[in-house]
Amino acid sequence: MTDAVTVHHAATEALSFRDHLPALQVLLPLMGAPLCFLLRKAALVSFFTVAISFACLAISLTLLGQTMGGEILIYEFGSWPRPFGIEYRVDITNSFVLVVISLVAAVVFAAGPGQARRSIPVGREYLFYSAALLCLTGLLGVTITGDVFNVFVFMEISSLSSYILIALGRERRALMAAFTYLIMGTIGATFLLIGIGLMYQMTGTLNMVDMAVRLQAVSDTRTILVAVAFVIVGISTKLAVFPLHQWLPNAYSEAPPIVSAFLAATATKVAYYLLLRFTLGLFGAALIFDQIGIDILLMPLSVLAMFVGSIAAIYQTDFKRILAYSSIAQIGYMTLGLSLATEAGVAAGLIHLFNHALMKGALFMVAACVMWRMGSTHIDVMRGLGQRMPITMAAFVAAGLALVGVPGTAGFVSKWALVTAALENEAFFIAFLIMASSVLAVVYIWRLVEIVYFSEPETDFEVKEAPLRMLIPTWTLAGMTIWFGLFSGFSVEVAEAAAKQLFVGLAGAGA
Amino acid sequence: MDLLNHLSTHWNYLGCITLMMIGLYIAISRGNLVKKIMGVNIFQASVILLYVSMGKVKGGTAPILIDGRSDVIFSNPVPHVLMLTAIVVGVASTALGLALVVRIKEAYGTVEEDEIVALDRAEERRALATEGVESTDVQGGGGKA
Repeated sequence: MTDAVTVHHAATEALSFRDHLPALQVLLPLMGAPLCFLLRKAALVSFFTVAISFACLAISLTLLGQTMGGEILIYEFGSWPRPFGIEYRVDITNSFVLVVISLVAAVVFAAGPGQARRSIPVGREYLFYSAALLCLTGLLGVTITGDVFNVFVFMEISSLSSYILIALGRERRALMAAFTYLIMGTIGATFLLIGIGLMYQMTGTLNMVDMAVRLQAVSDTRTILVAVAFVIVGISTKLAVFPLHQWLPNAYSEAPPIVSAFLAATATKVAYYLLLRFTLGLFGAALIFDQIGIDILLMPLSVLAMFVGSIAAIYQTDFKRILAYSSIAQIGYMTLGLSLATEAGVAAGLIHLFNHALMKGALFMVAACVMWRMGSTHIDVMRGLGQRMPITMAAFVAAGLALVGVPGTAGFVSKWALVTAALENEAFFIAFLIMASSVLAVVYIWRLVEIVYFSEPETDFEVKEAPLRMLIPTWTLAGMTIWFGLFSGFSVEVAEAAAKQLFVGLAGAGA
Repeated sequence: MDLLNHLSTHWNYLGCITLMMIGLYIAISRGNLVKKIMGVNIFQASVILLYVSMGKVKGGTAPILIDGRSDVIFSNPVPHVLMLTAIVVGVASTALGLALVVRIKEAYGTVEEDEIVALDRAEERRALATEGVESTDVQGGGGKA
């Protein structure tokens, strides 16, 4: 299985520009963030940020192209060989996640700060972009790195900047939401740090591949079992797995909608990738599933998340809050994929990671458009918006249908994959529950559709369509949910190849 | 007896766990936002202790090469260096947390969680009440029409 894998060690050969792409992926936004301070002018900084995020997208697409065939790129910083130096390790799984992050970032940043502009003092817009770029740096760094301590550091970079962005929300509640997220997020990250420490204690290395190889010899010690617990709880806090989701609804509904669009589509996705990387990659499927039985714990939690999230979403009276609670349910689908403990299940989780990023991004962008025109996202202000903002609301319907999982949309592809994976496991009841929870999504989406199209507007004042600068990003994401619903070849193929590689584990890959 | 033996040789872990639990308990149980941050700080400090004590080698000295001597035992510097980064991260999150507390104090006039929750609830109730008035108005108007 391993001889098919060709490893490309960048540092051992003469370096061309192409070989530096893994480093540039993270360094570009990292260097861009302080440069925002020098450029200062809002229009200039905004253009600069968008340019950088598109450059990141180009790099990640190139990396995906290079790793599509199962190749693994290794970038050793300062040419220090493993395990002494820090290395970036790009395979099909993380290049796929890199594409998701940088795609959403490029599209969402193009829309500008939206409503958040009103929370930022005039002339200080560059601070918003600087925080956004830092957040992007952290998310890309967590995904690309091959060093466990590096994961912690990048995770904190992205978290700290996301607390700042969330605190920019319109209401004062945003401050409290950011604070709660800060406490929960810091505790979560520290749990991960404890886990990493215990793993280091047993293996004496921080390099992921090296650690995975060494862990096999000590995998039955109590220290490693404790480490597994700390790591999984830590990552689950960031991922908002069911009982640890308390920070998410407030954070995503109080943050400026543009920020929610970016974070909902990327931050939890990165945490899901990290969960896969640590469980399947580092600990290995044998330890995680056969020895500890993480699937037995994760399955009921995922199912609970699917139902609790959806039912809570039905009772909300704010569009952004509905979306935030629905995120908890959607994260449930992703973790359910992992808990099936099969390649098909993990592939379904990864497909949903991609599709959910697109549709939640699109839906929060719709919320941003509504917020921009109406100053609120309460469902009462959305009455009759179907006639007043037809283009925005059409995007809402497209992405909303995808969230439900209507055939022809991206949501259908991932739910189909998940149901098939469950049936393959002969988990008929689980397959039934997936469909049952989709019905709940119909309830909260249909409720909104009814308000938007079939009720009279409450206010008489003229409401214009959202500005083009926000409409184009919204429709780019909404269009993609339909595109990848009709032509699902790309996402399914990549996710399946990634799942296959994940199950080999880092130790087995020999790279 | 076995347990006692274990504890006496691993007392550093005992210290870490005690601090860890104190920190976590404060972060969860206290309503004062500044105390919450202090709790998280103590929690982080316990992890720093865990790492630092992990790198200590019995009889080991600072990892500096001494000419002509190869029999020197060194402590492992890697966990210590890692903790330098963790301290920076901890300071950054504390600073940000405190900055948020200042903003919260400005916006709410208090840093007690239960009072803030009560203020938010009152605000929500007021919003609901005005909304109720509006909706009855609309209905009344509809009836007249």
